[in-house]
Amino acid sequence: MTPARFALRRATDWEELPALLAQPGAMPVAGAQSLMPMLALRMTEPALLVALGDLPGLQRVEQTAAALVIGAGVTHAATEDGIGPEPLRGWLAHVASGIAYRPVRNRGTVGGSLALHDPAADWPVALLALDAVAVLRRGAIKRRMALAQFLTGAFATALGSGEVLEAIEIPTPPPGARFGWCKIAPAPGAFAEAATAVLLRPGAAPRIAVTTHDGARLLTAAPRPDDPYLARLREVAIRRAEAAAA
Amino acid sequence: MIRLQVNGAMQEVVAEPRDSLAAVLRDRLGLHATRIGCAHGSCGACNVLLDGAPARACLVPAVLAVGQEVVTLEGLRDDHIMLSLRAAFQAQHALQCGYCTAGMLIAARDMIQRGCARNPDEIRAGLAGQLCRCTGYDGIVAAILGAAHDARR
Ligand SMILES: Cc1cc2nc3c(=O)[nH]c(=O)nc-3n(C[C@H](O)[C@H](O)[C@H](O)COP(=O)(O)OP(=O)(O)OC[C@H]3O[C@@H](n4cnc5c(N)ncnc54)[C@H](O)[C@@H]3O)c2cc1C
Ligand code: FES
Ligand code: FES
Repeated sequence: MTPARFALRRATDWEELPALLAQPGAMPVAGAQSLMPMLALRMTEPALLVALGDLPGLQRVEQTAAALVIGAGVTHAATEDGIGPEPLRGWLAHVASGIAYRPVRNRGTVGGSLALHDPAADWPVALLALDAVAVLRRGAIKRRMALAQFLTGAFATALGSGEVLEAIEIPTPPPGARFGWCKIAPAPGAFAEAATAVLLRPGAAPRIAVTTHDGARLLTAAPRPDDPYLARLREVAIRRAEAAAA
Repeated sequence: MIRLQVNGAMQEVVAEPRDSLAAVLRDRLGLHATRIGCAHGSCGACNVLLDGAPARACLVPAVLAVGQEVVTLEGLRDDHIMLSLRAAFQAQHALQCGYCTAGMLIAARDMIQRGCARNPDEIRAGLAGQLCRCTGYDGIVAAILGAAHDARR
């Protein structure tokens, strides 16, 4: 269970980051809560880990006119304790409180969860339903991308080489919006066997995201009647959202 | 060589980036309260405080703990919540082999501090990430409930 040897650098400056990540075998690390087990099992063997935690703004939480903007380094625990205004505050706290265990939530980051895009992870599904936007950054260059485009497949994202996830923008829900979250897991805090999130907005079609083998996916149309898994998830998700407080 | 602040004292230790904080605490600093059970975040035997918040020492590269305040169970000897937790664990027979106990105590103290140990259900939910293969948990839950009650008085 000892990882192979690697070097580690703590990045402190956005400008120097692309050069660090351009070194052979370099890989970013945030909370290390997924990466440490992967290193111990030698599922991945980077030559250099570049720690993102000291980069300016990575833990920021900001409310703009249209969205709650959180740095990629915001932890699950910070989210559980409450960030931004209601109703997003309560919705995000509810999702966060079901991820792993408090000591893991204290280090694990929302950005790390999206960047890894484990198909059983919670944030990709929840934030996809909430129509969040990923802010990708390479040096001084930023690009914004809807999560539906960012999450390209299981353990795959649209991040380019030398690029990291800098922030996530979560649109302010319209008045009367409701949110439902359902995670089916073998034990509290364990990874989901299945999870689904739904955003209900007055006058708009429900926005439903589910876990699939290809990662978090939107259910754009009503599921085919011959797919009982998706039909059941859709049903549970909508029922949860309807039961949720306004 | 890295400089780590552990239980209030600055320590110089040899650590490679691949060394976990748990391994460094145990093997280089002789702080054996911190146990290594699973080494991948599931069992909670390795819990320590980093800047006051519990963390899995097995999932933190020691070099990333530089600049943070590390506190192990040894550093909580005189902490008032820990004093009542220790007494309650003893009274309730909340340990047998003791392998899980340091991690349990650190998780329990945090739950009490955050006000998340108000009833047995809440305590059981909070202990989901703390595995004990001996006790069946009843004594642990009762002990934490008692200590939480003391802390509120
Ligand atoms: C016991 C246990 C139980 C868990 N249970 C759950 C669960 O129920 N649900 C769940 O969703 N998760 C669960 N997790 C995973 C946890 O949520 C992780 O915190 C999260 O998946 C990764 O976040 P991190 O900050 O630790 O990332 P790291 O481990 O540091 O990195 C993960 C990957 O993402 C990359 N990366 C990290 N940050 C960035 C960034 N900003 N830009 C680009 N790339 C980046 C890294 O290069 C690496 O490949 C569990 C983990 C453990 C140990
Ligand atoms: S040894 Fe760290 S959680 Fe099991
Ligand atoms: S007392 Fe033996 S594992 Fe808990």
